[in-house]
Amino acid sequence: MASELTRMTAAETASAIAAGEVSAVEVTRAHLDRIEAVDPQVHAFLHVAGESAVSAARAVDERRAAGEPLGPLAGVPLALKDVFTTVDMPTTCGSRILDGWQPPYEATVTQRLRKAGVVILGKTNMDEFAMGSSTENSAYGPSHNPWDLSRVPGGSSGGSAAAVTAFEAPLGIGTDTGGSIRQPAAVCGIVGVKPSYGGSSRYGLVAFASSLDTPGPLARTVLDAALLHEVMSGYDPMDSTSVDAPVPPCVAAARQADVAGLRVGVVAEFSGEGYQAGVLARFGEAVELLESLGAKVTEVSCPHFEYALPAYYLIAPSECSSNLARFDAMRYGLRVGDDGTADAEEVMSLTRAAGFGAEVKRRIMLGTYALSSGYYDAYYGKAQQVRTLITRDFDSAFEQVDVLVSPTTPTTAFPIGARADDPLAMYLADLCTIPSDLAGNAALSVPCGLAPEDGLPVGLQVMAPVLADDRLYRVASAVEAALVQRWGHRLVDEAKGLGDD
Amino acid sequence: MPITRDEVAHLARLSRLALSDAELDHFAGQLDTIIAHVARVQEVAADGIPPTTHAAALTNVFREDVLVPPLGAAAVLDQAPAAEQGRFRVPRILTGD
Repeated sequence: MASELTRMTAAETASAIAAGEVSAVEVTRAHLDRIEAVDPQVHAFLHVAGESAVSAARAVDERRAAGEPLGPLAGVPLALKDVFTTVDMPTTCGSRILDGWQPPYEATVTQRLRKAGVVILGKTNMDEFAMGSSTENSAYGPSHNPWDLSRVPGGSSGGSAAAVTAFEAPLGIGTDTGGSIRQPAAVCGIVGVKPSYGGSSRYGLVAFASSLDTPGPLARTVLDAALLHEVMSGYDPMDSTSVDAPVPPCVAAARQADVAGLRVGVVAEFSGEGYQAGVLARFGEAVELLESLGAKVTEVSCPHFEYALPAYYLIAPSECSSNLARFDAMRYGLRVGDDGTADAEEVMSLTRAAGFGAEVKRRIMLGTYALSSGYYDAYYGKAQQVRTLITRDFDSAFEQVDVLVSPTTPTTAFPIGARADDPLAMYLADLCTIPSDLAGNAALSVPCGLAPEDGLPVGLQVMAPVLADDRLYRVASAVEAALVQRWGHRLVDEAKGLGDD
Repeated sequence: MPITRDEVAHLARLSRLALSDAELDHFAGQLDTIIAHVARVQEVAADGIPPTTHAAALTNVFREDVLVPPLGAAAVLDQAPAAEQGRFRVPRILTGD
């Protein structure tokens, strides 16, 4: 049974701590107890940092006792994807090659969280190096969806999404390269946001595809996601692609929760074959809901979006093949075959073969292929041109409408193992999320109901122009408020896979 | 144009991945399927469309050249697979003959 403290939102928790109704230490202990009780079933965490979490919570309580001002998330526990470097916890990226690696420096995002008094409970499971849509590519075994433990929680940020859904933490941090925050949020029935590229720092985020990787929040409510979005974001001189612009007013937009007069475009291309009937049904209802709340809904065509998936699976693997060259068995991480006779290149090859899983190997080779002489123009070069066409589709859409909407994923959570050895089938999970990664604009997933055929969550995706992240929150909080009123509770409260309520 | 097992073996060498024969067979089929799918980018990417290399609206970013203390040898070598005399110890990089 989840305790009262673990059922609270991040916003409620922070006010209760600030008001002295509960201590941050009590809140943290309640979440650590919850993790101990349910994580053997969920496997959201790779590393739980109980002691350092309690001591971070105690520091918040001491600051409060001393009369110091506390930030909006002070004392709130958080589940951190194991792709950020942390000086007091290992960082594995879900890979054997970094098993036990203890980074010597701290990511900007986690520095900001700690400064804000956010309590990091531990590091969460993920597809190896963030490559996947199910967490099945983790070297440490998959996480399980709290709605149905035989199903995937999505990925690659599936551990953080599962932790938030299972009430192990009210907040989670993920990273989105092709949909790795929004897709797990959708299939777990929670909120997940990919900020505009450059809005949140990549410093200390172990790189997969640097032109796409974007850290962002996961939460059970839109307001909680907005609070975390603002705390974790902002210009960082340590990240050369960080945007030197004010953080969009996400919290104010989430509180506004009003779509009257807003122009909403339904992406015409994200429908039809390959989409589960129940997903389309709930999406259609969400669009009707927006209309009933005063939004002006039109259909918008983005003709090149169907080429986003092929372009992504050239660009991301190309960048990955370059970024992952750093895992060379020389300076840190695993080293295999160093028996005194093998030379450095042999040791590298043996180590990488032993340390990387199948999906990472596939993508490294695919990227090596796309970048190799004779194929570069036909593959990588063409993919970069398609990236321009997709950006132009967004530009012209956003001349007609303020936000675009689509289903977040074509289907609900699939069974563990169903797509494990069929890479293309797995890639299709990110069909609707990839365009925003390629164009760098902001996008979010908010729950919009359960598919009638399997009783599993469906996500509504909202997409906004670059640096107009606040619009996402305006739309999502309006949808959330109307649906919570209709249902009498939040969608995530219906998750029964853990047998408690 | 299907990708052959020999080509996959070549890619594995370039990628510094010592793959087994079974892995090469397995990946050859999968990579062929994936490459056939991603080749669809060639249907629409016409001449004259500029490439997009990244999504940030940024050109060069400059900063003042300020000295900051480095991590230090102890911190850097702490996670090394092998270290000796304050340095990384690596396998030989030259062949003997």
